[in-house]
Amino acid sequence: MFTLENLTKIYRHRSEEVHALDKITMEIAQGSFVVVTGGSGSGKTTLLLTLGGIIHPTSGSLHVKGANLYDYSSNQLASYRNRTVGFVLQTFNLVPYLTALENVMVPMLLNRNMKEEPQNRAAKLLDQLGLSSRQHFLPRELSIGQQQRVAIARALANDPDVILADEPTGNLDPTLSLEILKILKDLNQKEGRTIIMVTHSPAAAEFGTRTFRLDEGRLVA
Amino acid sequence: MNSRFSFSTVIWREIWQRKSRLISGLLTITLGIAVIVGIESVTTVSKQLVAKKLDLLGANILVLPQAASVDDYYSADIDAPTFPEEYVERIATSMLPGVDNLSPKLSRRIKVSGYPIVLTGIMPSNELASKPIWQASGLMAADLKLACATSSNPSGTTRLDPSLKRATVDSLAATDVWVGSMVAERLKLTTGGTVTLEGKEFKVVHVLPETGTVDDNRIFAHLHSVQQLLGTGAQTSAIEIMGCCSAISDGLLGKLRNILPDTRITTINSIVNTQIETNKLMSKVSLILLVIIVVVGSIAIGNYMWANVEERRKEIGTLITIGFTRGRIYRLFLTKSLILGIVGGTLGYVLGTFAAMILGPQLAGLAISPIPIYLLWSLIVASTIALLGSWYPVYRAARLDPALIMQET
Ligand SMILES: Nc1ncnc2c1ncn2[C@@H]1O[C@H](COP(=O)(O)OP(=O)(O)OP(=O)(O)O)[C@@H](O)[C@H]1O
Ligand SMILES: [Mg+2]
Repeated sequence: MFTLENLTKIYRHRSEEVHALDKITMEIAQGSFVVVTGGSGSGKTTLLLTLGGIIHPTSGSLHVKGANLYDYSSNQLASYRNRTVGFVLQTFNLVPYLTALENVMVPMLLNRNMKEEPQNRAAKLLDQLGLSSRQHFLPRELSIGQQQRVAIARALANDPDVILADEPTGNLDPTLSLEILKILKDLNQKEGRTIIMVTHSPAAAEFGTRTFRLDEGRLVA
Repeated sequence: MNSRFSFSTVIWREIWQRKSRLISGLLTITLGIAVIVGIESVTTVSKQLVAKKLDLLGANILVLPQAASVDDYYSADIDAPTFPEEYVERIATSMLPGVDNLSPKLSRRIKVSGYPIVLTGIMPSNELASKPIWQASGLMAADLKLACATSSNPSGTTRLDPSLKRATVDSLAATDVWVGSMVAERLKLTTGGTVTLEGKEFKVVHVLPETGTVDDNRIFAHLHSVQQLLGTGAQTSAIEIMGCCSAISDGLLGKLRNILPDTRITTINSIVNTQIETNKLMSKVSLILLVIIVVVGSIAIGNYMWANVEERRKEIGTLITIGFTRGRIYRLFLTKSLILGIVGGTLGYVLGTFAAMILGPQLAGLAISPIPIYLLWSLIVASTIALLGSWYPVYRAARLDPALIMQET
């Protein structure tokens, strides 16, 4: 699915250079559940955003299903973010003035090849995540765990191959965390989606089929 | 939630969710547009009125009794005190250069079948001057200086306003009357019919077309018939004179005052000019205001949009992860500010028009009606303000680095 070769991202902050990603070479197979761990500032988010077509690497290459992602035009990258991957982030989440249902429908607005009626699909996804009675709630009217489930539903809107999750359980208590992790596990095992999840929590790391560890931008395990 | 969910739904939702913050930005545009539309509506009507007055007045000098009020040239003769008709002779026999035509008038408010009208006695042209009395010379406000050309150029005298047909005044018989359109309508008078004035029957020989002035409420008859009817004797309440401009500047007014010491002699210019000057000033003021409003409005909208972009940084990041391109984000924000412009422009037009309609009659004595084309202008100006003000904040929104936004959380 993903082939990374000497992938490097250098931030120039004032006169200093920060090697957020330092010559990362790895292979991520389709259908795997990858866990990325590492200390704070080790480059986990940077890696995830690079895989998601948001951060352009400084050097090295990233191939997705054989195609070099950063050869894509900005429109192609946008459509890659819209359809091939789905993001679930820690806090950075729902559009505050749209209802749960509408939040799930936003990615579908950009998708011209919708097979299903957007509203039906959004309702089905929310239902699948146990939120059928919360369709018309605004994010602030939902609990944090419910908000995170809406975010997962939205990530699934255009039926992506890959879910990119950045500390999806970071704000949740252990019970809710477990719930979210189970959902991700189901998405991996029952639906065959590739999951790449960044986490600090050793318990969460247990769910992965493969673990990568970063330290100061380098792959250490 | 029956309407289809679309990008416009997203824009509307955002606007309604945070409507309280919108108010200051929207209010600036709305009030700004309202002020300009208000001023312009009043000025336009005022200009039209001046043009209409000039259009309908053939004469450019007015001789009135000393005590007459000259607030409004066009109705200055109504119920004014009188002076002897013999004054017409005095001017005519003095052979003053520059006096082309003399037209004495006598006007009184009377009631016909309980309805108040103005009865105006006029003089058939062949008695006094070679030119038709009261010719409507087709003057427009801008052509004021041409008054001279019309009086000194014989061909100019043929530029009669065909709707008025005042040239036929010389065929006005002692028992004939012309009636203004409003009088005709109220009293149900038609050409060939009769009307009883102060107990005497007159024949309606002509119904004048609507002019939008006090003329519509007048009945015109022969001066001598009116004098007889009202029992005033040989009196008139005004003499209109066609005077040549150059003669006026050569002191024609002073000479007339010497001949007629107990009268008030004034020019159309001195009365109407005041109004034209006011109109010009208003046009200038509204132009300056327009510039100020565009600048202030743009800053207000820019401020609002800047705050809006700042507040929505996270959301912009989210939209990028979902697959929005920069172009889409640009459009999302620009459409929003265009909506503000359109709403502000429309509200401003409505508010300004209403204000003009309410205040116009009170402050300027003018009846104002809505001017639809100003809605188009309001929309253009307001949209320009909105786009001008939000261009930079929106550009910044679209340029935001998602990697940076992600680090902020
Ligand atoms: N936009 C940026 N400009 C400059 N430096 C940056 C930027 N984004 C990240 N960095 C730096 O790159 C390094 C890696 O950051 P990153 O966010 O990937 O770490 P992380 O592993 O996700 O950390 P955390 O666990 O705290 O979320 C950090 O040192 C960070 O300061
Ligand atoms: Mg991180």
